[in-house]
Amino acid sequence: MNLECFSSGSSLMHRADVRCKIISAFFFSLVVALCHTLFAPVFALLIASVLLFLAHLPYMKVLKRLLMVNVFSLLFWLTLPFTVPGPLFMELGPLVISRPGLALAALITLKTNAIVLVVLALIATSGVAKIGHGLAALKLPSRFCMLLLFTYRYIFVLHQEYQRLRRAALLRGFRPATTMHTYQTYGNLLGMTLVKSWQRGVRVQQAMLLRGFQGRFYVLEGRRLAASDLALVALVFLSACGVVFMERLSSGGGWS
Amino acid sequence: MTTVLLDDISFSHPDGGQLFHHLHLAIGSERVGFIGPNGSGKTTLFHIIMGLIKPDCGRVVMDDKVVADSKAWRQLRRQIGFLFQDADDQLFSPTVLEDVAFGPLNMGCDGPTAKSKAIATLNSLGLADFDNRITHKLSGGEKKLVALATILVMEPDILLLDEPTNNLDPATRERLVAILAKLNLPMVIISHDFDFLAKTTDVIYSLEHGHLHKSESIHLHTHPHAHVYGDHPHDHGG
Ligand SMILES: Nc1ncnc2c1ncn2[C@@H]1O[C@H](COP(=O)(O)OP(=O)(O)OP(=O)(O)O)[C@@H](O)[C@H]1O
Ligand SMILES: [Mg+2]
Repeated sequence: MNLECFSSGSSLMHRADVRCKIISAFFFSLVVALCHTLFAPVFALLIASVLLFLAHLPYMKVLKRLLMVNVFSLLFWLTLPFTVPGPLFMELGPLVISRPGLALAALITLKTNAIVLVVLALIATSGVAKIGHGLAALKLPSRFCMLLLFTYRYIFVLHQEYQRLRRAALLRGFRPATTMHTYQTYGNLLGMTLVKSWQRGVRVQQAMLLRGFQGRFYVLEGRRLAASDLALVALVFLSACGVVFMERLSSGGGWS
Repeated sequence: MTTVLLDDISFSHPDGGQLFHHLHLAIGSERVGFIGPNGSGKTTLFHIIMGLIKPDCGRVVMDDKVVADSKAWRQLRRQIGFLFQDADDQLFSPTVLEDVAFGPLNMGCDGPTAKSKAIATLNSLGLADFDNRITHKLSGGEKKLVALATILVMEPDILLLDEPTNNLDPATRERLVAILAKLNLPMVIISHDFDFLAKTTDVIYSLEHGHLHKSESIHLHTHPHAHVYGDHPHDHGG
């Protein structure tokens, strides 16, 4: 299990301040999500690709990610053109493909890909721990940040615990099949994992208590912002403005 | 010097038999080893000392004052460092540096002070360069040492160590012996490892059937352990 396969590296994006990256990604995604025309997302996709290029991520892994995301887009392509009412694009036997349906599917696909690329370039290039701190530094509720950090810390432990139990069962001759015994065993495994996580939660809380925890979570260090960080925010902000401009320009006589 | 007294402690788990029966113990002046069968209640006793479990009867007394209210427990927890049996319970921050700095930050240090304290402690344990490591990616033995650092950075007066040699290879174990010797703090160590206790403690108690027996001579006995490195005779120092 690897939750952060893009986070190590030394590219421009990896080195940028995480707070700036979060703000940029949030703002850019928001603008893209609010687009109605097709031109603006195309432009956004271009910008996102440039950002991704700057992050020097392994291309194969990125493509795999995009493939996963576009499986969902495919669902839209398979449904929307046939269900959204509107002017006819073409007839396929008994099926009617509508023009607005196609446009909507295209719009959704473009938007998702643009947002995914931006998030890959800006967010995935930081580890979860850093993101947690970034969010805390941006004054998000500390409960939320703690939840994120603790989930991150213990999801591996719980996964390992589950794997240990499963391995123990396998080593004692357990073979999954569609039988009552299998269901019962999996039920027990899950149940045990649940009990163990609860017990661990109690012990972690005790450990925190013993070290003087009083409900406040301190962030160790705030890195000072460099000029390049601000430049990144400015760049993404300007690009987002560009997207808005395209949207304005084409919303008069656009495709949809 | 801090002294902690367990006075007339009795305890049984809700669904288990009686673990302790009117137990008395004074800690704070020497290095004590605890040895005893699995399930004899060693860990439970530590939890009672730290106030994580409330005994059925009896009191914990620190510096001649009964520890009763939450403020007194906070004070006690500040002065006694407790190393958990399972280091995964103790390291909850994403990075080693944050985890070690967690205690000092709670005690009111500002960021830079907490950070420099943490780094100094890590260095003193031979864990330089560990600060940016991710806690869940450490090995079992490394976790144990980092957990020790999280305790030591709070500058406790007494240490309670629950099976500190678990997961340690022979070399790291010897390093721990040296570290503990250098610390010069009163401590209580739970271990199933006679050798280790003989090297690190002044007196060994065995906990059996709810009673503590002093057994100073226990480490003079022959002790069974596998001589994996049988070709290399070694000195037990006992
Ligand atoms: N939460 C609990 N509820 C009920 N019984 C418990 C609980 N925790 C521990 N016990 C029981 O209390 C007894 C003492 O447990 P404890 O963990 O103190 O033993 P220990 O001496 O530390 O053993 P070990 O050497 O294996 O670490 C055991 O018999 C255990 O089954
Ligand atoms: Mg124990």
